[in-house]
Parts: sequence; structure tokens; C-alpha cells
Amino acid sequence: MFIRIPKFRQACVAVLLFVSTAGVVAAPDEMPVFQLTAKDGRFIPETVEVPAGKKFKLVVNNEGPGPEEFESHELNREKVIPAGKKADILLGPLKPGTYSFFGEFHPKTAKGQIVAK
Amino acid sequence: MFATGIIVWREVLEAAMVVGLVLAAARGLPRRGLWVGSGVAAGLVGAVIVAAFAGAIASAAQGMGQEIFNASVLFAAVAMLGWHNVWMARHGAGLAREINSVGRDVAAGRRPHYLLASIVGIAVLREGSETVLFLYGIAIAQQDEASAMWAGALLGLLFGAGMGFLLYIGLMRLAARHLFRVTGWLIALLAAGMAAQGAGFLVQADFLPAWGQPVWDTSGLLSQQSLIGHVLQILIGYMDRPSGMQVLFYVLTLSTILILGRLYGSLQRRPAASKTLARAELGKMKLADQVGTK
Repeated sequence: MFIRIPKFRQACVAVLLFVSTAGVVAAPDEMPVFQLTAKDGRFIPETVEVPAGKKFKLVVNNEGPGPEEFESHELNREKVIPAGKKADILLGPLKPGTYSFFGEFHPKTAKGQIVAK
Repeated sequence: MFATGIIVWREVLEAAMVVGLVLAAARGLPRRGLWVGSGVAAGLVGAVIVAAFAGAIASAAQGMGQEIFNASVLFAAVAMLGWHNVWMARHGAGLAREINSVGRDVAAGRRPHYLLASIVGIAVLREGSETVLFLYGIAIAQQDEASAMWAGALLGLLFGAGMGFLLYIGLMRLAARHLFRVTGWLIALLAAGMAAQGAGFLVQADFLPAWGQPVWDTSGLLSQQSLIGHVLQILIGYMDRPSGMQVLFYVLTLSTILILGRLYGSLQRRPAASKTLARAELGKMKLADQVGTK
């Protein structure tokens, strides 16, 4: 067998160490919540207005049919939402501006934007 | 049809390039096709299972299960890629020598074959589960253009797999001793890119601060959505709008793998007296290479 346990352990410890040094930060519960519905390959509403400079939660409710993936290059987010499920997406604090998002599984029709004011 | 093809292509490409890279890095390993093939098969089965339990995964950990799952899978791949590189730092030179000689299965037989199979399996599992979900969506949507979408998906699959194959062919044209150096670098960069991606999911779940979102924006210059941008994203971890945390993970992973490789590689280095011997062997290798290509 080629495994030499000490070395394997060392390699694992090295990886674990730098993953864990970053620490875990709990998300505060008190943050504004905005709702977004994915349905028939579209997002409703297509524009979500949010306060700038503040953390907030976007709850995406996928009413189907089929799964959807909420994705935004500008916000650096991607999350698959199975049909009939809700997904929380934590965002912000954002600078004032417009941030586009789309549904990766329906890229032609599922488009929207978050406007931070 | 085109949109479908591009989505499938993007997902397949990442897995295909990992398979191509691993297959090339496994050069000299007896029955590597079988090992890598079983990795792909296990990954496909895993992808279907993950897709089937997507709902349960998503609602776990206060709705952050998907982020945690993705990050764990990515970090597992990073650990295995890093381990593979450390192993190769120790044995790579010997391996290259053996590939060019007849008695190749001495060190080659001890190669971490199930490690390679696992890396492939993980890559297929991760990219495959999203593809399965997407195709499932097409299947139940029952649109008029469903057959066109399936055709697009098939095209995407073929193109993605084809590009992975091209990477493999390109790498296999290298002489054995160059091959392992090149795949070593590619694997280190691939791991760094995956670590950055994993960090992205932890930031998304709010387990880690973003530390700048984004640190830079080069999407105008080279978009991650473009063909070249996407290929670079997979191979070297190019990011057009990374968070500070992602850049940190990238740098930490790359330097950790390189330092560990250096450390373990130098343990293996022989005394200076054998340098002439090594040179003589190098000459033999060149000869064997030439003979091999003829």
C-alpha cells in the first residue's frame, strides 16, 4: 500500500488548518427580507429595490415547474432552488447601483435586477 | 437549443477538463482507463443522487446546506489534488524514468490510483448534479422545443467532452518528464481555483466575510462567461469579479501546495555525487523518448 498515514495526516491537517483559521461568523437574524418568486421560467418581480449599505436577505420561492438556479455574476451568487422550495440568499451591504441576476436554467426569460438605493 | 447547449457545455467542460488532466497525470499507471472510468461512473451515480436530494440538501443547515455541501466537495477535491502533487513531488522523477523503461510497474503500481479516481468522481459529481437538475427541468417543462433542447444538450456534452479530450491529447504529446511538471502545475492551479470557488460558497453562506466584493472587476476585459474566460477559470482559477476572501484562499492554497511539494520533493533529492548518474539517466530517457515516438 502506498499510504503512509503520518504524511496523509499532515496533508489533511495543513488543509484543515487554513480552512479553519478563517473562523466562522454567525449571520445576524435582524435583517430586512425581500421576496422573489420564480415561476414558469420567470422572476416576479423583475426589479427588487433594496436599501444600500445594509445586509439583507432575498427569499427566492420557486413555484416551478422544475428547478431554477438563481445566479448573479455581479453579486457573486449562485444557488439552485428545487421546484416547490424556498432559498435564502444573503446579500449586501451593496453600494447604490443596479445588480442584475438571472435564472441559469431559463437564461432567456428569467432575468431581473436588484436596485440598491 | 443554443442556450441549452451552452449551459450543458459549461457544466460538462469543467468535469471533462479535470478528467483529461487526471488521465494525463496518470500516465504510466496500469489500467488508468479503468480507474478513471470508474471515477467517472461513480461521479455520475453520485450526481443523480445529489440531484434527487437537492431539496433536502438545500434546506439543511438553516437553508445554507447547498453552500456547505458545495464548499465541502470543493475542499475535498483540493485536499486530494494537493496530496497527489505532494506524492508526485516525491515519486514523479522516478515515475518519468520508469515510463521510459520496460519495468514500469515498480513505482507506477504504487501510485495513488484511487486518489485519481476520487478526484475525477468528485468533479463529475459536482458538475453533473447541476446538469442532471437542468435536464430534469427540461424534461418536465414539456415545451414545444423540447427535442431541440435535448439536441442542444447533447451538442454541449459532446463539445465539453471534446475539449477535455483535446487537453488530454495535448498533454500526452509532452515527454514524460515534462508531462509531470506541467500536470503538477496545472493541478496546483486547478486546486487553487477550486479553493477560491469553495471560499465563494462560504462567503455566500455568510460563514466568512467577503473582504471586498469584488476586489477587482475585469469582466469588461475578459469575462468569465466567454469561452477563453471560462476555460481559464477552470484551468487556472481565473476570476473576473472575485471577493477578497477568494483571492486569499487562492493564494494560500497555491502556496501551500507548492511549499509542501518543495518540502517533500527535497527530502527525496539525492546527494550531489549522483548528479552525473542522473544526467546519464536523463540521456537514456531522451533516447527512449525518441525511440518511443518513432
